[in-house]
Amino acid sequence: MNARPPFFRRPGIVLALRYAAAVALTVGFLFPVYWLFIISFKTPEEIFAFPPVWYPKSVQFANYAVLFKDGDAVTVWNSLVLAGVSTVIAMVLGTICAYSLVRFKTGGENLAVWIISQRMMPPIAIAFPVFLLYVFFGWVDSYHGLIILYTAFSLPYVIWMMRGYIEDLPLELEESALVDGLTRWEVLWKVVFPMVRSGLFATAVFTFVFAWNDFLFALVLTRTEVITYTVQVTHYFGGQSNFWAKIAAMSVLGTIPVFFTVAVLQRYLVRGISMGAVKG
Amino acid sequence: MVGADDITTPAGVAPDRLFKYWLIVPAIFLLLLVGLFPLIYSLIVSFQNITMMEVDTSFAGFVNYAQLFKDARLWEALLHTGLITIIALPLELVLGLLMAQLFLERMPGRQIFVSLLVLPTVIAPIVAGATWRLMFDHRYGPINQIIGWLAGEPTTLLWNVNPNLVYPAIFICEVWQWTPFMFLILLAALSNVDKSLTEAAEIDGAGYWRTFFKIVLPSIWPVMAIAILIRGLDLARIFDVIWALTRGGPGTMTETISIYTYVQGFQQFETSYTAAIAFLVIAMLTIIVVWAIRRMGLAK
Repeated sequence: MNARPPFFRRPGIVLALRYAAAVALTVGFLFPVYWLFIISFKTPEEIFAFPPVWYPKSVQFANYAVLFKDGDAVTVWNSLVLAGVSTVIAMVLGTICAYSLVRFKTGGENLAVWIISQRMMPPIAIAFPVFLLYVFFGWVDSYHGLIILYTAFSLPYVIWMMRGYIEDLPLELEESALVDGLTRWEVLWKVVFPMVRSGLFATAVFTFVFAWNDFLFALVLTRTEVITYTVQVTHYFGGQSNFWAKIAAMSVLGTIPVFFTVAVLQRYLVRGISMGAVKG
Repeated sequence: MVGADDITTPAGVAPDRLFKYWLIVPAIFLLLLVGLFPLIYSLIVSFQNITMMEVDTSFAGFVNYAQLFKDARLWEALLHTGLITIIALPLELVLGLLMAQLFLERMPGRQIFVSLLVLPTVIAPIVAGATWRLMFDHRYGPINQIIGWLAGEPTTLLWNVNPNLVYPAIFICEVWQWTPFMFLILLAALSNVDKSLTEAAEIDGAGYWRTFFKIVLPSIWPVMAIAILIRGLDLARIFDVIWALTRGGPGTMTETISIYTYVQGFQQFETSYTAAIAFLVIAMLTIIVVWAIRRMGLAK
């Protein structure tokens, strides 16, 4: 009775093996991130040392100081403005649209499918005609041009996500608020919005990150004035000499807010990236 | 009963038939501006003959569309895009599934591992590409250094130039960035599988694989299908990573449809022809997307 299970089936051994695998995977997946961060703190001698230096002797911020001194860091500000403003607009317009789709079945299933299929379009196929339109309007390299594009591109995601959150709400509260004499806009503003606020918050953060991480639209529709950090990173790629320190420092500046966001959003992460397929 | 479709109008409250339309008008307007407008505008421009040299807006017939069929570089770009998708997607899916299995059972500190593992997925793709460019550098990058240790002699592989290595480099970057995406979604899906079903199957003597294919896979399929759809479409429009790593090179070896469209439109300034390409791409993907969404029951 109770013969000991084979070595690799014993609970303690299994757990130890799982930990070993988990640590190995984590180290493997995080090493490139480590490498990016570490280059941003290296001196030029350390960056261009052969064989490579695996950790810097001392942490120094000269690579970042250069970005601020040359004014390149303003591209991070541009990203912030573009992603921030477009997120706010997309959240408001998208949520009220989602409310209409859920509560009034406006447009039926066809409208919902059309909206989500907009999300699936390849950005380059949209970017090119939009570029022609913007040349005509004189909107290329302007804040409002990109904000409109980011807003429109974010809308399907916002509508899709908020539709899921609003569907989870009980109808009774809205109905009794209507009976109590609130107008429909008041019901939306005073009853619905407060009830979905965690969903609003989570969706807004993802919307922000998508716009923040965009490269293609910014590449096509900016020239000098509203360049985003993602475009700026590619300006440091040169034929002969890559400005490694600048690539790394700029990338880190753009990545830290995103990492911070993910840390805050743990609970909503799966629902957010799976477009609501998994309700967490 | 007030209007049948007006489900939030209780008795005694005046129905407001326009309200529901006011709610969708601004969003739909913007979507039409950026969604429908490009479609129509591409269509019009694609029947004209606008190039860098001349702006000829007279009706040119199907010249540009005929050109599509003769353009070997276009079809190669489509082929590259297709290859990248059908190779990277299963890799990410299987690796993500294996990782999810590893973390499925509770273990102390699991949440910390999961939080760290998802970081690559949220990095901007262009930054991911830039990171791997630094990683793959033939002289100062750590990859060649590590390979050198394993091989026992110094290595100077040219990852973003060597024709045999550019695709592996792209796949490594893609799989690194997006396996965690699959992992996170599949982990959530696997956690929701009804334990009593798998346990019952085990008691009935079903082996591991049988249980997996008969019970686990069908119950995670709805979520897995959406993950596949999202990733498949992302891969079909892949641009940033390739732009950072190879810019479509060497030559046009890693040129995808998005890169090629960019080159035609913004470097060669073949406006009308690019509009035709954009229209082709939109048409192809619309068919696939609508089919996939309906097929997978995503709309409900």
